[in-house]
Amino acid sequence: MKIAVCVKQVPDSWAEKKMASDGRLDRAGVDAVLNDLDEYAIETALSLVETHSPTGETGEGSGHTITVISMGPARASEALRKALSMGADDAILVSDEALAGSDALATSKILASVIRDGGYDLVLCGTESTDARMSVIPAMLAERLGYAQLTFAGKVAIAGEKIEISRQTEFGVEEMSAELPAVVSVVEKINEPRYPSFKGIMASKKKALLTKSLADIGLTANEVGSSAAWSAVKDSLPRPPRGAGVKVTDDGHGGEQLVAFLAERKLI
Amino acid sequence: MISVLILVDSAEGKVTKATAELATFGSRLGEVIAVICSSDAALLLPQLSTMAISKTITVTGVEFGKFSTGALSAALAAIVEKDSPAAVLIASSARGKEIAGRLAVRIDSGILTDVIDLDAELVATQSVFGGSTTVHSAVVHGTPVITIRGNSVEAIIGSGPLSHEDFPFIYDGADRARVISQAPAVKGGRPELTEAAIVVSGGKGTDGNFAPVEALADALGAAVGASRAATDAGWYPHSLQVGQTGKTVSPQLYVAAGISGAIQHRAGMQTSKTIVAINKDPEAPIFDVADFGVVGDLFAVLPQATAGVTARKSS
Ligand SMILES: Cc1cc2nc3c(=O)[nH]c(=O)nc-3n(C[C@H](O)[C@H](O)[C@H](O)COP(=O)(O)OP(=O)(O)OC[C@H]3O[C@@H](n4cnc5c(N)ncnc54)[C@H](O)[C@@H]3O)c2cc1C
Ligand SMILES: Nc1ncnc2c1ncn2[C@@H]1O[C@H](COP(=O)(O)O)[C@@H](O)[C@H]1O
Repeated sequence: MKIAVCVKQVPDSWAEKKMASDGRLDRAGVDAVLNDLDEYAIETALSLVETHSPTGETGEGSGHTITVISMGPARASEALRKALSMGADDAILVSDEALAGSDALATSKILASVIRDGGYDLVLCGTESTDARMSVIPAMLAERLGYAQLTFAGKVAIAGEKIEISRQTEFGVEEMSAELPAVVSVVEKINEPRYPSFKGIMASKKKALLTKSLADIGLTANEVGSSAAWSAVKDSLPRPPRGAGVKVTDDGHGGEQLVAFLAERKLI
Repeated sequence: MISVLILVDSAEGKVTKATAELATFGSRLGEVIAVICSSDAALLLPQLSTMAISKTITVTGVEFGKFSTGALSAALAAIVEKDSPAAVLIASSARGKEIAGRLAVRIDSGILTDVIDLDAELVATQSVFGGSTTVHSAVVHGTPVITIRGNSVEAIIGSGPLSHEDFPFIYDGADRARVISQAPAVKGGRPELTEAAIVVSGGKGTDGNFAPVEALADALGAAVGASRAATDAGWYPHSLQVGQTGKTVSPQLYVAAGISGAIQHRAGMQTSKTIVAINKDPEAPIFDVADFGVVGDLFAVLPQATAGVTARKSS
């Protein structure tokens, strides 16, 4: 089985974020990390291989490989290295000056082209990138590739050519199934991502991390990047901070004070 | 006349409030055409009679429930091609966003998600970074595909559809994923989390006892939510988690009890109109976003508030 995991480097989700004057996320001064939601996808890939590989190990000899794929600036290679140190086999970074300002349509086009090229059976994603927060890339990849779409999976199992997932939706618990190839996004409840071991970190330094330009993947600049972005930010303003409200300490009347506040605001 | 497509959103045979909100935004732009992609069409149609909708289109020929989002986006794409609307509006649920994403790819158009306001020139307002920044943007290519966050507008009453069309459609089957079983969520008598005007949420501070949270919610006619610490502990269903990896809610009133207010929790509730917090720790970050905070024990404050609300209602 050839597995691809799409991972993004994002500003640390624990940090406050703001917009730069060009209408893009201000990335300077915020630590960049591997999107924490993508770690669950990496862990899913590793545990699937551990279940299905005869030796419990991944890599060429086992018949199973895990490739991590990202689109982003050169430093996104740090996020890929982290994925390699967790146990993925190799990595592909699509990075090109012309990619700055790409929207979800362009991002999905680029990722789809790399995935098509590699002929993966299973594509794993997180449910959202903590900066863009669109949750659309996995569905867009399925559409572009013609792969089955199985999103928001809380459980994933593979038997032969068949994949089954279980997920929690607005409608309750759903079991879904499809023949491979498939695009699967996983929720954060699915597992507990492992920490890279010392051995894993050392080994990752020798693993292949291939950087590709747009030309390498057969796309041109006017198909992607901000010149081809199909939505544009007109302006952005920090929302006026919520004026620090009233804070009372409960002296036996806290609940009554709360009710008085709700009544004053006409909420009850 | 300019027309706008909206995708009718429904759950278990009931048209959701989100649909009326989509119609309201759509009517700012032109004539609203409501598309029903559901095997329950006959059940849903009459429910649109007081919405700001001019026409309905029922897509016949596919059993949508059995497929994932592929068939829906393909059907919408075919209608876009036929009717050339000015925009397509879809509810910003997890499923709605996926349909929108696939549709945007199919019709080669720009997409905006989680929009909270839309003007007659199709300039959209979004609230990003957990509500700390407001962005105005527009689609500059193709037929704008826009998903609208629930509770962003007061839905208007309209005359309901004047005409109806059946749209025969055969799905090319590009998405081969199938639903094999569905166990409906167990529903209490409470309103749906993302639609509710009031949400009362409990966190780790409840120590697994949600009774005081539920009692206040019921007195207020509110939905109950939970922090991830509470859903991880198994105290409350994951489907009711509020936050970055749970639901995004934007009610008139949000009450957080025993919730510290971690950035991932705030990302899902910070755009609520009024926020109230009850927490033992005066330094809890939830107080930074609260309009009214009570530093105290939720097991004392909530029952007293519940009694107060009940007393007011009966007087
Ligand atoms: C990738 C990722 C995604 C996440 N997604 C989400 C998400 O979607 N939603 C979410 O909520 N979190 C999410 N989190 C987790 C988040 O970081 C916090 O850990 C979580 O929100 C904490 O929940 P809590 O406030 O209930 O618990 P705690 O942080 O433990 O806070 C409990 C609070 O209760 C107070 N308290 C205790 N006893 C009482 C009492 N008797 N009366 C009053 N107050 C009391 C304490 O003072 C404390 O402030 C995510 C984290 C990660 C890494
Ligand atoms: N630039 C990117 N490179 C690689 N994967 C990405 C990128 N952007 C998004 N993804 C994947 O798509 C998922 C959903 O992202 P989004 O639709 O941006 O919220 C993420 O969790 C990643 O798995």
